[in-house]
Amino acid sequence: MAFDWHRPLESDSLRLTLWTALAIAIGGIVLLIPPFFMQGTAEPLPGMRPYSALEQEGRDLYLSEGCSTCHSQQIRPLKSETDRYGGYSLAGESVYDRPFLFGSRRTGPDLARVGGKYPDSWHWIHFDDPRRIEPRSNMPDFAFMARRPLDLSLTSRRLEVLKFLGHPYSELEIENAVADAEAQMAAVAASIRKDGLTLDETAARSETIALIAYLQRLGKMTEER
Amino acid sequence: MQEAEAQSPYDMAVVRGFALSALVWGTVGMLVGLLAAIQLAWPEWNVGPYLHFGRIRPVHTNAVIFGFTLGVVFAGSYYGIQRLCRVRMFSDTLSRINLWGWNAIIVAAAVSLLSGYSTSKEYAELEWPIDLALAVVWIVYAVNVFGTIARRRERALYAAIWFWIATVLTIAMLHVVNSAAWPVSWMKSYSAYAGIYDANIQWWYGHNAVGFLLTTPILGLMYYFLPRQAGRPIFSHRLSILHFWSLIFIYIWAGPHHLIYSPLPDWAQTFGAAFSIMLIFPSWGGMLNGLLTLRGAWHKVRTDPILKMFAVGLTFYGMSTFEGPMMALRTVNSLSHFTNWTIGHVHSGALGWVGLTCFGTLYYMIPRLWHTELYSRRLADVHFWLATLGIVLYITPMWVSGVTQGLMWRAANPDGSLTYTFIETVAAIQVYDAIRVSGGVLYLTGMFVMLYNVWRTVAQGTSEVPEPSRTPPDAELSAVAGGQ
Repeated sequence: MAFDWHRPLESDSLRLTLWTALAIAIGGIVLLIPPFFMQGTAEPLPGMRPYSALEQEGRDLYLSEGCSTCHSQQIRPLKSETDRYGGYSLAGESVYDRPFLFGSRRTGPDLARVGGKYPDSWHWIHFDDPRRIEPRSNMPDFAFMARRPLDLSLTSRRLEVLKFLGHPYSELEIENAVADAEAQMAAVAASIRKDGLTLDETAARSETIALIAYLQRLGKMTEER
Repeated sequence: MQEAEAQSPYDMAVVRGFALSALVWGTVGMLVGLLAAIQLAWPEWNVGPYLHFGRIRPVHTNAVIFGFTLGVVFAGSYYGIQRLCRVRMFSDTLSRINLWGWNAIIVAAAVSLLSGYSTSKEYAELEWPIDLALAVVWIVYAVNVFGTIARRRERALYAAIWFWIATVLTIAMLHVVNSAAWPVSWMKSYSAYAGIYDANIQWWYGHNAVGFLLTTPILGLMYYFLPRQAGRPIFSHRLSILHFWSLIFIYIWAGPHHLIYSPLPDWAQTFGAAFSIMLIFPSWGGMLNGLLTLRGAWHKVRTDPILKMFAVGLTFYGMSTFEGPMMALRTVNSLSHFTNWTIGHVHSGALGWVGLTCFGTLYYMIPRLWHTELYSRRLADVHFWLATLGIVLYITPMWVSGVTQGLMWRAANPDGSLTYTFIETVAAIQVYDAIRVSGGVLYLTGMFVMLYNVWRTVAQGTSEVPEPSRTPPDAELSAVAGGQ
């Protein structure tokens, strides 16, 4: 019979298991391994720096709150997308992203180039209540983050692990991570106050500040802060 | 009871445990899903730090995939493997560790995700200590399964077992590779991969989680339970062979269809799309093998709610495995990607194929596990109709909403400028989000009907009757081994 060749597999579990293992391994080997060895798959853009201590804290909060369930960070090379969001995403722009945050559903708009699009104070109000800026928005409010002081106890450790994984932080940057984050927080808070909003001491050192610092960096990977 | 169990050739306690825990997690997961759907339509339903959409969405997906679906898969495979191998599970201790360890992991997952510990990698959100525990429990399951197969008293391995073996191997491989990370603290880690490499590996994992958590083990359930309920052998053994090997080989390649138009190298995107198209054939091979098994038994389908669930489940399988490859075409993907069309597609597979097949499996097993009849066939029938209508009311508005938003995003004025602002495209689909909620309500109501039916069935039955002390040859397997 034509399918007699298969009989031995049906009675020999070891052989069946080994052939199954082979069948499921090939696709992954071909798709996953070569990109690591191919020139130009993902080179950092010229002059690109990794996230600052505060931006990385903000990014980790972005993960905690599941922002990527509703916001993509991947602009496709289609005219309608580049018109709406700016230049399409390049592989080099995400080399310091662990994990990547391309997303899979745009309940809200793409954020890959949201940095600098709105002032810090706009974000502050928007996180407090998105419907004060856009009445038809279905985004949850994140007012609770403004009442939570940013926890800086892991800041140096975060950069240390990222350096270990290959991100180009200097020893000095790791050592000064907390002071650096404090300084950037003060700068963000000052820019919000300059626009006439009042922030109390907790608010000025809150999680929202870190999140804003991160968002303002998106799409500005090669710029000094 | 201990004694009765000890005399029995099969360990059914672990099956009962997983069947009940699956029902609990299914209800929890669908309730959370319903809340998420309500929040999308009416944002005031987002509550504070712990119950906003961003945090509960992964709770929904983890509870229904790992708590409900895998619970039914563990139950069904423990039920089927012992009978197909005509031997008790390799180790009762491993079975207990599997049952309690797995449920502890689901509890840890729910608590940690609500507390904001998330890697943000879809369907792999759990932080490293839970990932490690998951790997350990999975290995326990693997040892138990392979140990049982090694001790079997039946030479031939039936198709259902092939699909479960593929599941055990592939999930171990995917989970270990994709979860590789370096810890920052006891509940925070950074992925071992960055950027586009991370994306490539994550969607190799993500797509094959669909392939090997929501497809192959469910096909195993279909291969075991459908022929028994229909009282007919599987339509074609040769088709089982063809579609098994082609399915598991091809599935692995299709992941990059989640990254079309991304910065992933074009050759990888093309592989992803091409293998997605090829996937139609093995997928439909499975659907046809199931549906054609019902040849000559269609009069039973008319009256038997369990067969209705299997038949409609297979139909949804065929439909969503046609839709998926279409969405992997670049032109279609440029419209559908990032829209609710994807959400509709996933749910036609998840609610239709996975959900209905799992319900059918539970309705088959539960009266047998408690040595009684199902309390009410009529209520099972009501469940079937509530679920089916719920699915239609869910996926139809998601299609309309996805296409609407996709078209609005790209609409251009005669001068080339964009016609709509983003918020206009959000407002345009609010009505469909609201209709989707009604579909979810129906599907969840069906779940509650099932809970009641199961509760009454368990109450009138008993777990203390020993299984027959013999291990009779499996009728289905004999038919396969003897014929064709």
